[in-house]
Amino acid sequence: MNHDAYPDNYIRGILNSVKSIAMVGASPVNVRPSYFAFKYLAQRGYDMIPVNPGHVGKDLLGKPFVASLRDIGRPLDMIDIFRNSSHIMPVVEEALTLDPLPKVIWMQLGARDDAAAAKAEAAGIKVVMNRCPKIEYGRLSSEISWMGVNSRTLSSKRPPAPTQGMRLSINRMSVGGGDTAASDRAAKNKSEQS
Amino acid sequence: MSDRLPGFSTLAVHAGAQPDPTTGARATPIYQTTSFVFNDADHAASLFGLQAFGNIYTRIGNPTNAVLEERVAALEGGTAALAVASGHAAQVVVLQQLLQPGDEFIAARKLYGGSINQFTHAFKSFGWNVVWADPDDIASFERAVTPRTKAIFIESIANPAGSITDIEAISTVARKAGVPLIVDNTLASPYLIRPIDHGADIVVHSLTKFLGGHGNSLGGIIVDAGTFDWSAGGKYPMLSEPRPEYHGIRIQETFGNFAFAIACRVLGLRDLGPALSPFNAFMILTGIETLPLRMQKHCDNAKAVAEFLAGHPAVASVNYAGLPSDKYHQLARKYAPKGAGAVFTFSLKGGYDAGVSLVSKLQLFSHLANVGDTRSLVIHPASTTHSQLDDAAKTKSGAGPDVVRLSIGIEDKEDLIADLEQALSA
Ligand SMILES: Cc1ncc(COP(=O)(O)O)c(C=O)c1O
Repeated sequence: MNHDAYPDNYIRGILNSVKSIAMVGASPVNVRPSYFAFKYLAQRGYDMIPVNPGHVGKDLLGKPFVASLRDIGRPLDMIDIFRNSSHIMPVVEEALTLDPLPKVIWMQLGARDDAAAAKAEAAGIKVVMNRCPKIEYGRLSSEISWMGVNSRTLSSKRPPAPTQGMRLSINRMSVGGGDTAASDRAAKNKSEQS
Repeated sequence: MSDRLPGFSTLAVHAGAQPDPTTGARATPIYQTTSFVFNDADHAASLFGLQAFGNIYTRIGNPTNAVLEERVAALEGGTAALAVASGHAAQVVVLQQLLQPGDEFIAARKLYGGSINQFTHAFKSFGWNVVWADPDDIASFERAVTPRTKAIFIESIANPAGSITDIEAISTVARKAGVPLIVDNTLASPYLIRPIDHGADIVVHSLTKFLGGHGNSLGGIIVDAGTFDWSAGGKYPMLSEPRPEYHGIRIQETFGNFAFAIACRVLGLRDLGPALSPFNAFMILTGIETLPLRMQKHCDNAKAVAEFLAGHPAVASVNYAGLPSDKYHQLARKYAPKGAGAVFTFSLKGGYDAGVSLVSKLQLFSHLANVGDTRSLVIHPASTTHSQLDDAAKTKSGAGPDVVRLSIGIEDKEDLIADLEQALSA
């Protein structure tokens, strides 16, 4: 996979097929991006599992924190890693010990580790780096258009009126564009510094 | 879903707009409301904290305006956009994200006279110091760069003389200096030139002109190309540092490649306040649907009128980059192959008085201070838009005393030529 520019169909395929998502680095602090991405994905119907050894014994929006991926004890479709680039590799290595393997490893906006990605891909796992699943879901459903963001999709269909906790169709026509080179550069620079 | 990507005219009609979920309305409704009801306290808090997608208050965002924003972002090939009350408001909001008091930005000397005024006087009072450079001399941009330079600002097709700017050459200077290139694409519109394809990091428009296109609504827009890394070098704290007004969120970290557009909305528009009326957004959106058709007709008419004027004995010279003899013709062929726009100047052998007389005799051309209307327009810049500049600055910005500016409309070109002919010979 070319990790500098993902085709919409690749992202769409992942978001349409996964159900359970373990979020590594999920924060109970309600102003952290991981908190609101977790909440959004839960509202859109994903089965969310918060992973953070510092918060075991508490829960996040009713879901109990677990200390590590191995503690989840059931098959996972996707692992969403909310950690800096320098902390990605150990999470990927742990993910590769799971049986069955997860189908997707997703690294958050700002996080990129090409070596870890190559390892996961060699094991047949799909990888997304330096993207936010909330932004991508919002973009492909065009929900994010409310903020003036170019969803890079079109549709002449009447969508259902959105309500909380509803899955939205993300199967709109793609129109291309959307350079992410700069944020990729920023993520790379950050991982080199850390 | 196929990989076939839709073309410009399809985007001009469809991008950003879908049938209204509640009513099925196919045209974009005018959401003429100041505010939007929250589902509950938690929803309100997450909207205010930038954690959820949705509307709060029309100064920050509005569904009609959002359609306009996505439409223009798509046409320009950007990641996101923010619509504001006017072209001038767009320029303030952009620079507020980039400059601290005492900082500098470099601007092309050939600009709309109102922008020259805004940069020289209003921005100076904010401590934002403009340094002028000559778009015909790329090295003058390089020489103007200092450690305090935060941005470079140019027009793709410059008002009033319709000269074409070498965007790629100036973007190379910007890249080397580590600052974003801002391009005012008002006179070209994305139909003729897409500055992002040539290295622009931010595009601004006065929507009042060709995009709206009918001379009925003021508006402005900022398009984020998503190409600039705001964290590099720590020069842009509004984007890279934690924002106290949003619980310490870092805008670039949270919003990635559309961070600049978000900063303009939540730090600029929210606090400075120049919001676009949803009614104007609707009018401008309707205009954009026919942008490709209108723009081509504007350009074809302009070329015919320029050719007529070039052959007229009362005319000393015509500045239209669409004419093969023009100084900017090669740049026009590179950047605007479909047409060199519809705003240009010519000078009269009879000087200032001949300019004033021509304007008074025209019957179809309207004498007013605007460009980019369906109607053909005429103005004598030296006595109007550029009157606040001294004579040297007038001439430098292409608006000397003998100069008349035209904005060619979409009427029948024979009628425009006949009107000019009677006014020139009378
Ligand atoms: C090239 C250009 N930029 C900016 C502006 C300012 O736009 P507005 O009048 O919408 O503030 C104008 C207006 O004439 C213009 O021609």
